[in-house]
Amino acid sequence: MQIKPILSALRRHKAGTFLIAMQIALTLAIVCNALFIIEQRLAHLSEPSGVDEANIFVVQNEWVGSSTAEQADAKIREDLRVLRELPGVQDATPSNSYPLRGGGWDDAVKLKPDQLQDSSGATIYFADDHFLDTLGLKLAAGRNFRAEEITPMNVRDRLGPPVVMVTKALADKLFPGEDAVGRTLYLIGGPSTIVGVVDLLQAQSVDRWASAFAYRSVIVPKRLAISLGAFYIVRARPGQLQAAMRAAPTALFQHNPRRIINEDDGVLSFAEVRARAYERDRGMAILMGVICVVLLAITAAGIVGLTSFWVGQRRRQIGVRRALGATRQDILQYFLTENLLISCGGALVGTVLAVAINLWLVTRFEMHRLSLMYVLGGVVILLLLGQGAVLAPAMRASRVPPVEATRSV
Amino acid sequence: MFAYYFQLGLRSLRKNPLLTALMVLAIGCGVAASMTTYSVFRATANNPIPQKSSQLYVPQIDNWGPEDAAENKGEPPQAMTYTDATNLIRDHRAKRQTVLYPVSLSVVPNDAGLLPFMENSYAWYGDAFAMFDIPFLYGSAWSVADDNAHADVAVIGRTLNDKLFHGANSVGKDINLNGHTYRITGVVDQWNPSPLFFDVVNTNAFDDTTEIFIPFTRAVDLKISTNGNNNCNKDPGQGWDNWIRSECIWLQYWAELPNTADADAYRQYLNGYAAEQQRSGRFHWAPNTRLRDVTDWLDYQKVVPQEAKVSLLVSLGFLLICLINTIGLLLAKFMRRASEIGVRRALGASRKEIYAQFLIEAAAIGLAGGLVGLLLTGLGVIGVGLVFQPDIAKLATLDVKLVLLTLVLAVVATVLAAFYPTWRAAQIQPAWQLKSN
Repeated sequence: MQIKPILSALRRHKAGTFLIAMQIALTLAIVCNALFIIEQRLAHLSEPSGVDEANIFVVQNEWVGSSTAEQADAKIREDLRVLRELPGVQDATPSNSYPLRGGGWDDAVKLKPDQLQDSSGATIYFADDHFLDTLGLKLAAGRNFRAEEITPMNVRDRLGPPVVMVTKALADKLFPGEDAVGRTLYLIGGPSTIVGVVDLLQAQSVDRWASAFAYRSVIVPKRLAISLGAFYIVRARPGQLQAAMRAAPTALFQHNPRRIINEDDGVLSFAEVRARAYERDRGMAILMGVICVVLLAITAAGIVGLTSFWVGQRRRQIGVRRALGATRQDILQYFLTENLLISCGGALVGTVLAVAINLWLVTRFEMHRLSLMYVLGGVVILLLLGQGAVLAPAMRASRVPPVEATRSV
Repeated sequence: MFAYYFQLGLRSLRKNPLLTALMVLAIGCGVAASMTTYSVFRATANNPIPQKSSQLYVPQIDNWGPEDAAENKGEPPQAMTYTDATNLIRDHRAKRQTVLYPVSLSVVPNDAGLLPFMENSYAWYGDAFAMFDIPFLYGSAWSVADDNAHADVAVIGRTLNDKLFHGANSVGKDINLNGHTYRITGVVDQWNPSPLFFDVVNTNAFDDTTEIFIPFTRAVDLKISTNGNNNCNKDPGQGWDNWIRSECIWLQYWAELPNTADADAYRQYLNGYAAEQQRSGRFHWAPNTRLRDVTDWLDYQKVVPQEAKVSLLVSLGFLLICLINTIGLLLAKFMRRASEIGVRRALGASRKEIYAQFLIEAAAIGLAGGLVGLLLTGLGVIGVGLVFQPDIAKLATLDVKLVLLTLVLAVVATVLAAFYPTWRAAQIQPAWQLKSN
């Protein structure tokens, strides 16, 4: 295939060539960045939570009226007894929060009391001795809390329990390469000894601001005994999640009606919790996906339209070439090569544009740097798309009979 | 002439149905994507109180010092301590002022058939109602005397009034909140500013309506804890009394300053206040204060979600590609009619006439694209819930303004795209075309 005649023909169609190349360049730039956004969002929403998601649900229980810390604590313990006695329930634990909740108590962890810079941020999870079993967490080292270590905590009490558990991610950050069990860390209210290390447990917020301490948590032996109420995390027996989710609020109301469990979101399965936490990521991925598909379709359609026009314009020339001995294959190849040349030019400009747009997004929206694999993938997709789009008009061109050369318009 | 060209345009569109459909669809998709994402952006970037946004200010005072500020580009904390908030209230340097925080109140209905329920509630000063231009259905705000007397009074929202009192005037009646009885002084008519500017720190800026307001002074007496954020940079100590005197920040503060001179004076006052705290030994650093009005504050708090901005940008890029596509297709379409143009020119049509004819034809395509775009925008606005969180998605609506904007954008964009193809068409030499025939 000779390229020179194609180039000289293109020189006579500067505007059309430029428009197709521009369209390919811009499409490449947008599709690369959109695919990259999709990949990042999907990676974010498939991060593991570390808990037994299939069987867990959360009850948000709020008390009516005010009560003292002692009264609230007694009511919570009653509730837990009610929940644990339900036939479909394996275990239950009270907490101030749960993974993927969206926000809650985060605290700074220090290794010395007079340290100026924090060693790390961390999610604070309140837990009793049923916490590990309820969430289905594995201990990497040390031991679980003992029942007698759990104490009630009022809203403005100081947080500095004698013993805590930490996640492995936090242990590795605080004591890299060392055994964390038996070591001391400082929460805002004082020193605590680490008695256990939990293998994997996600933070309560998956937002960007909390990404610095995504898997770093401190689990404290506390029951949130405030008049407002707390969360009950419940683990159903396998296969009984739906039944247990219906039974739990009914049983709680039967035991003590002076409470509020919101009808809309008072009882949430972990699947719903996950869906809520990653709403934005999922939405963004869907939107970018839709835009990519429509964009590629429109670009393909544009190529079909303009090439069809060119084929119509050149029927005479094609006829002449055919009369002079060019095969159908030659004509087909001519248009395919022509498109490839334009696409390559567009892809070149598009690559530069894609990287430029990404760099700008990085400065404005705290995004990551585009990996070149995406640009490469995008280039391949667009070259294939161009070839596919040009195929139909090129086939039509190849069917122009040689006799066309003798006809005048 | 316009009508004739318009007719010609429509006829020409029918001649190449596939090419025309392609253009109309491309413009429709481009416009619809832009308008759908714009509807979300518009809702989140909305000025919730345009008549007063330049008179309402949030003061910030750095009570944590340079180490903590350095983590936040030198900015003071975004909330206030009880100490500073009450000092500012006491000094009373603005026309109106309030301190506020979200509280969680359970409503216990008198009607035994109704279960207790929670409502979004705020504790603030009576001044806030006039400050934020809150409309009243019945009654009015509580008085300054009520604030000073730490009175058991409350203002409730219209929805709650409908629920508890079946819409009747409930002023003077009692309401049981968290087991305490409050006397209702007023019922607020529909009021749900979006974004929820007065407390973007503790909400995600888009929330359900607030249905209960109680005096700040009373809420603190009752030791009602904040339902929002509480941030401490060091141990506040044990119990409520230590906490309230601590450097923990948990309060939002708003001041109404009618003109820029007042705002400047208030800035000076804030710096003076911080300097005084430094002299008294509480702050060990130079005054670091801010005073932002509503728009600056919403901007600083990054109320418009990143997703809304990125998707709007991507959609505009998408529209640009659709337009380049349209330029190419229009070029093909117009140039195909070279001989027709040659004949018209030979018969005496001026270039201007050719311009008019083809631009009007493009406008017809644009209008058709706009109508398709309108349909797709409608679908897009319905489908916005798939992409954005429910509380933001519900704000995106297809109103008259958006409908007009969609149509105008489609027509203007298509006519702009048609300039180059039309110019090329007008350049056609009549002689050439006639010769080849």
